[in-house]
Order: sequence, then C-alpha cells, then structure tokens
Amino acid sequence: MKKIFALALAAMMVLAAFAGCSNGNSAKDDSFVIGGIGPLTGDYATYGVSVKQGAELAVKEINEAGGINGVPVTLLFEDDQVDAEMAVNAYNKLMDDGMDVSLGAVTSGACIAVSEKAHEDGILMITPSGSQVECIQYDNAFRICFADPEQGVNAAKFLANNNVAKKIAIIYDKSNDYSNGFKESFVASAAELGLEIVSEQAFTNQSNTDFSVQLQAIASTDAELIFLPIYAQEAAYILTQAKSAGMDQIFFGGDGLDGIIEKIGADNIAATEGLMFLTPFDTQADEQNIKFTADYQAAYNATPDQFAGDGYDAIYTIKAAAEHAGVKPGDKDFNEKIIAAMTEITVDGTTGTMQWAADGAPNKAAAVVVLHDGVPSAYVGK
Amino acid sequence: MMDLIANLISGLSLGSIYALIALGYTMVYGIAKMLNFAHGDIIMVGAFAVITTVSMLGFPPVLAIAASIVCCVVLGVCVERIAYKPLRKSPPLAVLITAIGVSYFLQSLALLIFGSTQHSFPKVISAPAIQLGSLTIQGNMLVTLAVMVVIMIGMSLFISKSKTGKAMRAVSEDRDAAELMGISVNRTITITFAIGSALAAVAGVFYGTTYGFIGPYTGSMPGIKAFVAAVFGGIGSMPGAMLGGILLGVIENLAKRYISTELSDAIVFAVLIIVLMVKPTGLLGKQVNEKV
Repeated sequence: MKKIFALALAAMMVLAAFAGCSNGNSAKDDSFVIGGIGPLTGDYATYGVSVKQGAELAVKEINEAGGINGVPVTLLFEDDQVDAEMAVNAYNKLMDDGMDVSLGAVTSGACIAVSEKAHEDGILMITPSGSQVECIQYDNAFRICFADPEQGVNAAKFLANNNVAKKIAIIYDKSNDYSNGFKESFVASAAELGLEIVSEQAFTNQSNTDFSVQLQAIASTDAELIFLPIYAQEAAYILTQAKSAGMDQIFFGGDGLDGIIEKIGADNIAATEGLMFLTPFDTQADEQNIKFTADYQAAYNATPDQFAGDGYDAIYTIKAAAEHAGVKPGDKDFNEKIIAAMTEITVDGTTGTMQWAADGAPNKAAAVVVLHDGVPSAYVGK
Repeated sequence: MMDLIANLISGLSLGSIYALIALGYTMVYGIAKMLNFAHGDIIMVGAFAVITTVSMLGFPPVLAIAASIVCCVVLGVCVERIAYKPLRKSPPLAVLITAIGVSYFLQSLALLIFGSTQHSFPKVISAPAIQLGSLTIQGNMLVTLAVMVVIMIGMSLFISKSKTGKAMRAVSEDRDAAELMGISVNRTITITFAIGSALAAVAGVFYGTTYGFIGPYTGSMPGIKAFVAAVFGGIGSMPGAMLGGILLGVIENLAKRYISTELSDAIVFAVLIIVLMVKPTGLLGKQVNEKV
C-alpha cells in the first residue's frame, strides 16, 4: 500500500514538473514579436481573455495585409492571474522568446511591475487597460484606456450633466487600488458638481461575497443611484443580491464593469437591466466597430467588450508607430525610434480616436452604455 | 429600528448556514473525535452538484437538491472510508493533517473540473420578498431560517429518540464501552459522516441561493467560520453548534453594519477569544474530567 502511494506521489511530481513547461512556441527571428501579459485564468480572467482575443484579431488582419513594414507579426500571450510576481516572470519569459514590443499587462498592479522591467530594457510598452497613473510613469510606457482619476471625474460629470441622480450611494473595494482611486476622484468631483453622497459602503477581498449588510444600509437611505467603482465579479454579486432584496436604485459604474454579462450568467441577466457604465467602447459606434464586432463574434462566439477593443487598438497603435518611424525589429535604434513615434501618431481605434502626450496618456472621449436584456447600447440623455 | 431588524434577519439567515455546517463539524468531532477540515469543501461540492444537475442535465430543483445530497453523502462516506478509517488508531494530529489534505484535494479537483471562474447558481429556491412597512425581507432568507429550524428539531429528535441516535451518543461518550454493548462503532461513524455531509449539501444549496455564485474555494471561508461557530458553542455539543452558528452570523452582520466592514471578521474572532477565556469549553460545552 505504501509503495503504491509512493509511486503515485512520484508520478504526480513528475507530472507537475512537466506541467511547468510550455508548448515551446518560441518565435522566429524574422517576425515582429508582441508580448501580452494578463489574467487568462482566475476571477479576473475575462479581462485578459478579452484583450488577448482582440489583439489576436488585429494580428490576424495585419498579417493577412502583409504585416508591419513587411514583417509578419507574432503575438505571444502569458497568464499572470493578476499577480505582479507572475507578471514579471511572464515578462522575462517573453523577453527570452524575443519580444520586441510589450503589451504591458492588462491589470494595473501587474502592469506597474512590468513597467519597471520594460523601462530597464528600454522597449516600447503599451498597456491596453492598466488604468492606474503609475502604469505609465516611464517615458517608454503608453496606455490605451483612461486613467482612474479621469474616470472618476468623467463619471461625476456624466451624472450631473444628464441629471441622472442627485443622491448617490457608493459600494467600493477598500483592498483594491483601482477601486480606491476611482472612488476618491469621483467623490471629490461629485462634491464640486453638487451631487450628494448619502452613503459610502466598503468591502475587502476577504469579504466580497455577502453584500446584504451594505445593501441594507443603502436601502435605509434615500439614495437614487448606487455607484460601483469596482470589478465585474463583485458587481455581479451586488446586482443579484440587490435584485433579490427588491431594490430599485439605478446602478452605475466604470470600465471595471465591462464583462459583467459573462460574469453574472444567463440566469441573472434580469439583474443587469438598466445598469449603466462608462466605457470608451461601443460595439455599434461606427463602421469600424461594427466590422470588429462581427469579426470578433464570428471568431470567438462572444460580444467584444472594452478590453477586447483595447487589445485590438493596442496592436494597431504599435503598427502605426512602427510604420511612422519606418523601423523593423533588429534595426539600429528600433526602440528609441518607435517610442519617439508614439507622440506623433494619431490612431482611429475602436475605442476612439487617440493621440498621445509625452506622459503616455491618450486623449479620447468617454461614452456611457446602458444594458437592456444583456445588450449594451449607447446612453441617450433623457 | 427597521434597519436593525433587517440586519438581524440577514444575520440570522447567515447564522443558519453557519449552524448547518457547524452541526456537521460538531457531530463528527463528538463521535469520531476528529476535526474534519474537509467539511467546508463538501458544501462547495454540494453546490456544484446542483449547478451541474440543473444547468447540464436539466433536473427540476427538488430533484437537483436530492441529487446534491446523495452526491455529498456518497462523497462524505468515501472520504471517511479512504482517508480517515485507516488512521483510526493514529494520533489525532495525523488525522487532522489528512483532513487538510482532503480539503485541498477537493478544491483542486473542483478547480480542474469547473475552472477557477465563479459559476452562477441556479435559482432552485425562489420565494418572493416580503414587505412589512418600510422593511423588505428576502424570501430565501426566511426559507433558510425555516429549513434550519426544521432540521434542528429533526436532528434533536433523531439523536434523542432513535436507536441510531442512541448509538451515536453512546459512541461519543465511551467508544470502547459502546463496542462492548454490541454497537458497531465503524457503522456509527459512517452514519455520522453521512448525516454531516447531507447537512453540508443543504448548507451548500442555501449558500448558493443566498450569494448567487460558486467557485472552487467557496467552501473554505464558511467552513472556517462554521468551525469557529462549533468551538464557540462548545465543540461536540449539537445545541451549542446551532447557538454558536446563529450568534456568529448575527455578530458578524451587526459588526459590519455598525462598527466597520473591514473589521467584522476581527471582531468575530475577538468575541470568540473572550468567550473561550471566560468559558474554555464554549457556550454549551460540557466539562469532561479526564480519568487517569
């Protein structure tokens, strides 16, 4: 019995050792290698998977049209499970595989860690969705999405300008940087715009399943709207619990709520009715987006969200910068030239038309979408 | 005032779930003298059994809950047979570590089968919310409470009146003497695991209904809280587990609402420490004199 057990244990260890090996997709020297990092498994996997799929679609289109400056593009994507240490390991692995440009990391914490490494190596880094300010603190780093403080200001402005609600309750994740930054900037500009915060409720990543207490506290106030500067998984809990508690407040959030439909599941679509969130991405905004949405649906059998748009735009931004600079990987001063080109280009992407300042932030407009029967549509003022 | 009542009710409903799980802990401890740390993960398995049977096989709710109970009972008995029975004569520490191993095994298995994402739980119990003045009480909270009360009464009757219940009490009091009286200790322990697992399955159904989502690690936190509840009430004592569970749920909710959301867990544990300092055997635990 003991022998069998020992054998089984040994077999498991051997298996575990093999599981660590990747399937060896090391890129060839003669291609433009873009390395992506993001959560492909875990609670926040929807963000990473969306970015990856959006980027894959862009790479496929570019390669069919002859590559970047005649060089075919290879996209490598590594899982970081939203963990900074895993993201740095993934970055090192990608560098070993010959990465020319980094897609940063999908989430803020991981992205900040990666930006340190990319800064040391001096390569161009474009994060599709790392929204914290520090993600792009170095000269070689740029982003596609909004910054957290910007989002808070935009959210408050939207509520005030459209007269959506005057009395607002907030539920935020005190253990999360994105949520804290977003909430603080929202509260500051809400005060300036005459919006009243009637209740502020917090939770932490240790207590992110039971929201009955927070919702009950809000129900006992006269809040008309509940602001959720949080990620989609927690929002899914809050929306379903609020629905079964019979609450009828409007729910409103930021780009973290993108992907909520997949998170909440088909059974609970009713709980997302009327949910609004800020996003620069609208599937039907223009012809480019309609085509992108159709292609994405055909390829992945899912509706693209903002993260998919960010991933797609990030690849086209790299292409635009390389073409503007007229460089290929392996050229002398490739990194310096492509980074310098970033502030000179204009990209008309699926998430808006973008130009970059030297600090790495794009200038683009925010839109608000409303969910009806699980389908997002652009907000039309009342 | 209304706010306080609403929080009390949601605390009671949360406490009922803790109590259901704590019952399993305390019964197994009382009879097999071991801490079954894998107990929390049985809840997760039970909840996943409902998700699988409802969304993949299209079972009606009642059948799905029955299937989940059967699944958990079989699992509980298998775990006892494979992991704990061979260690019956080993030191308690070996059994404890095995139990932790089983817990990790179940979590990893669920991770492999269902992935790490949270799965939405089907609405197997749907009761309309009740409106009392400005107070809205969620229907499923009331159902949780009602089922809890029924199970408590049922369990108390079973333990005090039935032959098997008598055998369980005998084994818990003195295993060797019980064996001499012709009680099969192994059979009694198996039955205890079966009942504990069935209660965990029920707790899993209520947990899923109340919170809406289930993942591979869903069972671990309520499992720990329920263990605390069992110790709080006096481990080995069934009324103690019920009282401990309900008190824990209420204290947790009130602390969250009136003191601090972030500190609620710390407050729960502080209360536990104070209770154990004043009464080391827990609220309803009995002082057992060790015979030399």
